[in-house]
Amino acid sequence: MVSLSLKPPEEIFQADFRLWPTAFHGVENYRVALTAAPMFRFLLNGLLVCAAIFALQLLVCIPCAYALAKLRFHGRDTMFSAVLVGLLLPPQALAIPHFVLLNVFGLLDTYAALILPWVISTFGIFLLRQFFRSIPDEVIHAARLDGLGEFEIIWRIMIPMTAPALAAFGIFSVVAHWNDLFWPLIAVRREEISTPALGILLFRDDEAGQFFGPLMAGAVIIVAPLLVAFLIAQRRFIDGLAVTTMK
Amino acid sequence: MAAPTARIAKRSGEHGLGWLAVSPALLLLIGLLFGPVAAVLLFSLTDWQLGSFTFHFIGPANFRTLFTDPTFWKALSNTLIYAAIVVPGTVLLGLVVALLIESSPGLRGFYRAAHFLPVMSTMSAMAIVWGTMLHPTIGLVNRALGVMGISGVNWLRDERTALLALALIGIWQGFGFAMVLFVSGLKAVPQQLYDAAAVDGADGVLDRLRVVTLPMLGPVTMFVVILTAKRSFEVFDSVRVLTQGGPNYASEVLLHRLYTESFDFLRMGYGAALTVVYLAIVVLLTLTQARLLERRVHYS
Repeated sequence: MVSLSLKPPEEIFQADFRLWPTAFHGVENYRVALTAAPMFRFLLNGLLVCAAIFALQLLVCIPCAYALAKLRFHGRDTMFSAVLVGLLLPPQALAIPHFVLLNVFGLLDTYAALILPWVISTFGIFLLRQFFRSIPDEVIHAARLDGLGEFEIIWRIMIPMTAPALAAFGIFSVVAHWNDLFWPLIAVRREEISTPALGILLFRDDEAGQFFGPLMAGAVIIVAPLLVAFLIAQRRFIDGLAVTTMK
Repeated sequence: MAAPTARIAKRSGEHGLGWLAVSPALLLLIGLLFGPVAAVLLFSLTDWQLGSFTFHFIGPANFRTLFTDPTFWKALSNTLIYAAIVVPGTVLLGLVVALLIESSPGLRGFYRAAHFLPVMSTMSAMAIVWGTMLHPTIGLVNRALGVMGISGVNWLRDERTALLALALIGIWQGFGFAMVLFVSGLKAVPQQLYDAAAVDGADGVLDRLRVVTLPMLGPVTMFVVILTAKRSFEVFDSVRVLTQGGPNYASEVLLHRLYTESFDFLRMGYGAALTVVYLAIVVLLTLTQARLLERRVHYS
């Protein structure tokens, strides 16, 4: 892929294959990819959508997971069972009602359409609850005796102590939504708000995408950010994704 | 601790707090998960089409149409064939690579990373790259075959090979994940077992593999099988990007059918019936997986 992205068109069609191009055409291919389609826009959209989804997921998950792990209240077990049932549901099966719901509120083809259906993550609640439970009750009792409110306990004790779990969940969430094609394909049409996975498809159907060189350059641009992040923090990524097997 | 009254007060305080903390999640759970599932069940009993303002309850008619629709059966059997290729392929390749990695400690980190890369990669972009590699005349695959004197076919446009090509792409994407699970499974095999096997005369590589390693990997293998089967039922991106289910439905799969009926043809009632069937299959697989996971936890 990287090899093709550096070659001029006539060399791609040559009979003999060389890994390194005889005539370096890389700059030109990447220029075409970057100008013919708003590649940076796709990446920026991906970043924005993934960040918004993860931030909102944390906002909903953390208090809920904390309450399920450490507070005693009537209906806690029922709530936890509801979360477990939610874990069973494949997101693709909810596409029709989500689509209808967004349509009713006139939100289709907006960033909100890409973000809102993912705000609740039963997997996140489940995962964080397991990790919160592993923190001894004594720590929380001590904090309460020191006069810390529940919010401060979450902010100053639970979150720092479960940072690896939060990182794992973050990696899982970002990888899933950066790579997702199914939902963006349904929710948006406009190129300006397309996420990377959808963007590369739009680019292929575009005129410039008919040429293999620029198309491969585009694919490299779309895949690169996650792969670079992965190479920097391999261990964390593998653990973060392996944790999904609990789902 | 404190006096009983104070304790009750604290309890009820915790009660209120508990509910306050779970309420956003609870509302979203109902609004975005359980409500929609109910809606899908309801839609599946109507003749509703997106854009029309009226609909009628038509009972199980959508399901009757679905079960007599040859395209649905084609999609279902294709999905099963896809799974029947991808599951053993992923398990075998994942296991072999895991064994190779474990036996050559030098470059372990490098190999692990290299094989894990496809798991992370955006499938729609990688599918486009595969499309180029499988191109009938200039694609790398057919050129390589040509060098060996074999004339390749038009992989993605040929009814005989389209599904197979997609399945191979599926294996390529998923085996790195299986490998990671197998590697952690291998690490958990106690050294004493190998020693004991050696005492009993099983000290060749293959003997050790047959007597100790493979039986000990049983639970992990079962787990990888279910996980991969579930992912096989979720195959969509590569199909959408490369074949759109064609040629002549040769590579049509359940999820792609669901997408096409619901969002290309906007037949929401029919799409919902398809969704119900899809939901039932995935829930069944997930429950099996949860069962296995529970057992594995009890083992360790």
